[in-house]
Amino acid sequence: MSEQRNLLVVRDLSKSYRLGGGFFASGSGTVRAVDRVTFSIDRGRTFGLVGESGSGKTTIGRMILRVVEPDHGAILFADAGSEMIDLGALKPKQMRPLRRKIQMIFQDPYSSLDPRMTVARIIAEPLRAVHGIARSEIDDRVAEVTELVGLRREYLGRYPHAFSGGQRQRIGIARALVTRPELVVADEAVSALDVSVQAQILNLMLDLQQKLGITYLFIAHDLGVVRYLCDSVAVLYRGRIAEIGGKYDIYRTPRHPYTESLLAAAPPPQPGIDAAPHQREHVAQDHAPDPETTAVGCPYHSRCLYRQEICAYQEPALRTIAPGRLVACHFDLQLHGA
Amino acid sequence: MSDLVVDIRNLTVSFNTRRGDVTVVDALSLPIERGRVLGVVGESGCGKSVMSRCLLRIEAPGKIVSGNVTYFKDSRQALHLESMDATGTTIRRIRWKEIAMIFQEPMSSFGPQHTIGFQIGEAMRLHCADSSVAAVVEALKAVGMPRPDEVVRQYPHQLSGGMRQRAMIAMALSCRPSVLVADEPTTALDVSTEAQILELIRSKQKALGMSVLFISHNLGVIAHIAHDVAVMYLGQVVERSPVKTLFDNPKHPYTRALLQSIPRVDREYSGPLVTLSGNPPSPFALPTGCRFHPRCSERIAGVCDREVPVAETLADGTEVRCHRWRK
Amino acid sequence: MSTLQTATIAADDVSWSQWRLIRAKFRSHKLALVSIWLLGAFYLVALFAEFLAPYGPWQPSAYAFAPPTRVHFFFRGKFVGPIVYRIKIESNPKTFERNFVVDENQPVPIHWFVQGAPYQWLGFIPSSLRLFGVEKSAQINLMGTDILGRDCFSRNLIATQISLTVGLIGVFITFVLGCLIGGASGYYGGVVDNVVQRFMEFVTCLPTIPMWMALGAAIPASWSNLKVYFAITIILALRSWTGLSRQVRSKLLEMREEDYIIAARVAGTRDWGIILHHLLPGFASYLIVNLTVEIPRMILGETTLSFFGLGLRPPTVSWGVLLQDAQNLAAISIYPWLMFPALMVVVCVLAFNFLGDGLRDAMDPYKE
Repeated sequence: MSEQRNLLVVRDLSKSYRLGGGFFASGSGTVRAVDRVTFSIDRGRTFGLVGESGSGKTTIGRMILRVVEPDHGAILFADAGSEMIDLGALKPKQMRPLRRKIQMIFQDPYSSLDPRMTVARIIAEPLRAVHGIARSEIDDRVAEVTELVGLRREYLGRYPHAFSGGQRQRIGIARALVTRPELVVADEAVSALDVSVQAQILNLMLDLQQKLGITYLFIAHDLGVVRYLCDSVAVLYRGRIAEIGGKYDIYRTPRHPYTESLLAAAPPPQPGIDAAPHQREHVAQDHAPDPETTAVGCPYHSRCLYRQEICAYQEPALRTIAPGRLVACHFDLQLHGA
Repeated sequence: MSDLVVDIRNLTVSFNTRRGDVTVVDALSLPIERGRVLGVVGESGCGKSVMSRCLLRIEAPGKIVSGNVTYFKDSRQALHLESMDATGTTIRRIRWKEIAMIFQEPMSSFGPQHTIGFQIGEAMRLHCADSSVAAVVEALKAVGMPRPDEVVRQYPHQLSGGMRQRAMIAMALSCRPSVLVADEPTTALDVSTEAQILELIRSKQKALGMSVLFISHNLGVIAHIAHDVAVMYLGQVVERSPVKTLFDNPKHPYTRALLQSIPRVDREYSGPLVTLSGNPPSPFALPTGCRFHPRCSERIAGVCDREVPVAETLADGTEVRCHRWRK
Repeated sequence: MSTLQTATIAADDVSWSQWRLIRAKFRSHKLALVSIWLLGAFYLVALFAEFLAPYGPWQPSAYAFAPPTRVHFFFRGKFVGPIVYRIKIESNPKTFERNFVVDENQPVPIHWFVQGAPYQWLGFIPSSLRLFGVEKSAQINLMGTDILGRDCFSRNLIATQISLTVGLIGVFITFVLGCLIGGASGYYGGVVDNVVQRFMEFVTCLPTIPMWMALGAAIPASWSNLKVYFAITIILALRSWTGLSRQVRSKLLEMREEDYIIAARVAGTRDWGIILHHLLPGFASYLIVNLTVEIPRMILGETTLSFFGLGLRPPTVSWGVLLQDAQNLAAISIYPWLMFPALMVVVCVLAFNFLGDGLRDAMDPYKE
């Protein structure tokens, strides 16, 4: 029954990369960038993927867009009215008609726009890839979406170098929206921007969601930004999901020690707020880097403040503790939120 | 007047570009007090990084056009850094030994071909006395480096980002400088590592009693590390005050907008964020009057766009450059 | 400092395309500008060489090893326009030295647009019009004459035709080979890439001059000049494609990971569309720079081969062939004008290198 509301369901998604592996490489292993990740996104909502660098959040986004090929698992997308389609099983040719329904906003507003194309051509690119759209309609749609993201029409003939980071990001958003997609993957879409511009773009994204009913998969490391924009959040640690839940639950009553430490480490812009003892504990703890591949046990156990014996040898399953609330921890811990 | 360690006065720095000279730091005055952390916030391109580099005279390709950067070695000796030859021996005796710096990307501060121990030892040998392996291990231990006796023999690429930053700090502090310039030292790090590095800088500052000039674009980081904060906009300091005053009672409209536009991790939002309108103007076409007026929601027509505001000191110790606060 | 850079450019006309920015930046590189004019002049000379030369390249005269003729404007203190004097060969009866004696009693005016030795312009338009000349009884040899009394100036001009075009044709072959092989290597990756890379390393390891010599020696002596000429360009290209193909490959690999290429894939743009609209325009500029640097190497290659007598052979005239006359030290010290072709090579190669420098800087217009 919940499948009706889901626009995207990701099941057991995995991706490994070979390490080293040169011509004369001796010790090459694999690193699991994404390890059996499962989550679902409701239509018209924003789902946040939070994690530190190397947590696999970008790889998940790129697998959904089929820019990176998954090793294993299903990416089920609810194409209008029809049944769920497994994007992971589609051939590139079959994927093409679906491309306009799933678009992407990039992190770097500089490298994501081809410097040799005019703004009009950049924005029109996803439309040109769709068959049978008349030239005049492309122009109309481009003009329409340009105004929608708050850019002036006379900018269309210019080249990206003439714009600031925030304006470029608007161009990138216009490109993502020109095909009227249902799902937009935003990979660190505001982290390269200055604070004042970042707020503009966040507001724009929320505004567009209300107007167009877009669903966002919002990938970010900034917990404040995720709290502002997202409805539900998945916390990733080393390619595995630590916990999933509604935004309010995750931030007020985190259930995974890793979420707690993340919240403790993110400083709100307020002096003297960091005095709480549990936060000091998290910060003072100095962990040695984990071995690259922890085969057994909880991936977080070496850094965990609450670890028990079991954590070292048994991997906790992602268990449901309330509707829409899943945690991968052996224990029911009373933890502190932000 | 309190005890200053560095006094920047009317500093102007400009760059030569194809399109002509561009002034990135404009008649900026900023006193740095002894034994305190001065945080400098601002958006990219506001000149905060260039300004901080003037303390070590590594501002090239920028040029100090006018103004003074005075370093007070002690109560009697005042050194004019701006008049020194940027490649000469005088400034080299001050760099590292008296004024040290840590950068955003520690990987680029270490050469890839030598071990961490060798490089820290080399810096110690050049600038201060003891450079034995034991002394290097001691320096690493002092910054909380895990397994210091192993790390001495390792190469920079073998360390994680946080550990490299720790090594960088060990190197910077090895000669017990009186001023540490930290230019976005945690920007490239993950949040939990960032928190550790901030904690380290704070505890070292306290223990050594040094002054820190901490540059960051992140107001959250600044709130946690700084005693005093200066907010920069387009090459000028628009507001300067003790940290608590600045965050509790910001005066300048720019500071207020900045604080409001950050989505906070500890707060639930129901409506849209308050934002600053527009984009920072090009340094080639600076607005007349107050540089912030085109984006300011509180501008006074006929005043802000014509008259350049001067810095005013208010009763609570805030120094603000805004016509609204003119006495 | 990225904001500063964009701001710098934003202050330019905002609607400028990247090519326009490149042109604007190129114009500020004075040496490259001079070079491009110089090279333009060189190629114009190559095009109109027969017209500009007063004599045919193989037209002998009685005056072997005559020094460069001096052009005068005054005759007995009076301005008379450009004139030359006749020369006579006199033998020193004691030392048997040949001496050229200038007869200053009678001026010989230089005439413009004269009918001289007939030639075929562009190989098929018969003409005998020449820019300047003097009456048959006198000689005008601006760069002296060679052992057969042929006019070195004329021969040098004719030589530009071969020497400057060998670079162009060779570079064209290099370009095709480099793009195809490097492109395949970068685009397919994997095994193809590995094999191509190893093969390229092998070719790069071969010592250049011995390889040229071996291939040059393999050209049958019975081949016509035209055939030899093409064989030489192919030999030069066989050695030089590796550099370009390496560039193409690494640029392709680098660009494949650019965000805007991923954006194009996400947009659903087909592979050929990505190649045509993003990749090709993206490294067109790099190709141009690389080709500009490659041309002088080709010119030097031809000169080297011909100098050793393994490339083009007389009666063909190229700078390398002309330099064969200057192979021994005695010749150079007595008849220094035989070194003129070397000067031409140096000027031309330098000009190409300066042009390449200027283009390289201009191609990255966002770098300050």
